[in-house]
Amino acid sequence: MDRLALTLIEVGAVVFCLGLLARLAGRIGMSPIPLYLVGGLCFGAGGLVELSGMKEFAHLSGEIGVILLLLMLGLEYTATELVTGLRRSWQAGVLDLVLNFLPGAGLAVLLGWGLVGAMVMGGVTYISSSGIAAKVITDLGRIGNRETPVVLSILVFEDLAMAVYLPILTATLAGVSFLGGLQTVGISLAVVTVVLLVALRHGHRVSKAVHSENSEVFLLNLLGAALLVAGVAAALQVSAAVGAFMLGIAISGATAHSATQILEPLRDLFAAIFFVAFGLNTDPASIPPVLGWALILAVITAATKIITGVWAAKRVGIARPGRFRAGAALIARGEFSIVIAGLAVTSGVVEAELAALATAYVLLMAISGPLAARYIEPVVKKFTRRVRPEPVPA
Amino acid sequence: MNVEETDLPGLGRRKDFMTASGRRIGVVELREGQTELFVSTWDDPDTCQASIPLTGDEAATLGNLLGGQHLAMKLTEEHREVPGIVTRQFSIAPDSPFQNQPMGKACIRTRCGVSIVAIMREGEVVPSPGPDVVLHSGDLLVAVGTQEGLDSAADILRNG
Repeated sequence: MDRLALTLIEVGAVVFCLGLLARLAGRIGMSPIPLYLVGGLCFGAGGLVELSGMKEFAHLSGEIGVILLLLMLGLEYTATELVTGLRRSWQAGVLDLVLNFLPGAGLAVLLGWGLVGAMVMGGVTYISSSGIAAKVITDLGRIGNRETPVVLSILVFEDLAMAVYLPILTATLAGVSFLGGLQTVGISLAVVTVVLLVALRHGHRVSKAVHSENSEVFLLNLLGAALLVAGVAAALQVSAAVGAFMLGIAISGATAHSATQILEPLRDLFAAIFFVAFGLNTDPASIPPVLGWALILAVITAATKIITGVWAAKRVGIARPGRFRAGAALIARGEFSIVIAGLAVTSGVVEAELAALATAYVLLMAISGPLAARYIEPVVKKFTRRVRPEPVPA
Repeated sequence: MNVEETDLPGLGRRKDFMTASGRRIGVVELREGQTELFVSTWDDPDTCQASIPLTGDEAATLGNLLGGQHLAMKLTEEHREVPGIVTRQFSIAPDSPFQNQPMGKACIRTRCGVSIVAIMREGEVVPSPGPDVVLHSGDLLVAVGTQEGLDSAADILRNG
């Protein structure tokens, strides 16, 4: 068969299957990410059907998917929200970082993956999925709950932490020395500060540069700007994803809002292909050996997220059930853990098992996170009732 | 009343207060422009028993209902010593003949001796409206008059 025809058929079949998987996920009320990953595992190297024609396409689309994911993460919060969030909840954010980075990093060291592996796995276990968390909050009707601002402000902090972490990760993966690493940290901190300042003072100008009333013009401007910034960032060795993310932060106000709406379908498509592409490059046979570790890591990091939420919610005077709801809403890991693992795998300096461990881990967390958020309340209540007599209804 | 305002990064803004009966009640103004009305459960003020999405129209109507009731109660209180005077609220239905017409066209005061003392519109009060105020569907008129006068005013507003 003609190469083009083969590619088209494969891409079409895969995208169609992803549609079916997304529908299935919607039907059972879970995030589609784990299903996309499983789909990728089935199609890729060592899977049920091997698709070789779409490798090139999947690779490039996956990269665009990462750029769009990060661009939209940057668009999610305004610069003002980031700054106030940082000021108000940095203690909880730091606790979150320490408690959830260490288990992943520790396991990587234990498995002998060195400092680079530790850096990657720490990021994978640290970052909650803001997409899944937001969906859980809306689906369970918790927007008006008092612990919701606590959860959101921790997600905001993670957002900012990513802006500092990603350049460091990229530098580490590129094999920069310790001193060079410090330099990257300095540069990335400076860049984040400058971008935040620009967004706060001149955000409307950046927004104006890409904004247009015509949705077609707007989409092309936005996508063009994102890819350009990402490309330049990649050329400067600061990772394409970070560039897109910074652009997202710099765009603010109404423009950010309409940008989110206009980019959403594109992000859904390319991010889905990214998850598949990640799965494609992972040999399903490499997962069973690391499944035990993934389970241990899942249990530990679910507990550490709950501790984070409980502590942060307690500080603002929220009662016991609310504290646990806050913790459980943070458990889910998803898209950004895969983005981090994907960056590491593409660079080729980490063990192949790392991709397998990250896949298994995200599969577990993306499925169990929403379930935990839903069922932690009855569990906590049951436990509380056993300790104290049942309160009399007012 | 002590209304608490909290930012919900990425979602919008929450405004709520604690009622005397110990429940929190409030709204979340979402970035997309919808409003979410919520009421906390009786045993855990942190969680919502109900969270109801409202469109802009629905939120305005609810605001009118609550505000109108408040205004009517106040007026009833003031008219208590005048026997035979009653306060009542009329809403302008989408099929009312006076929709998008100036209020004076209905000649309510001339025909039934009823005074329209206020109009509640999108959560705001238009006090003692003149005859040239244009009525819109969803408006809530607060009227004062005799029982019979109010009955015929209701009929006029509904059927012309």
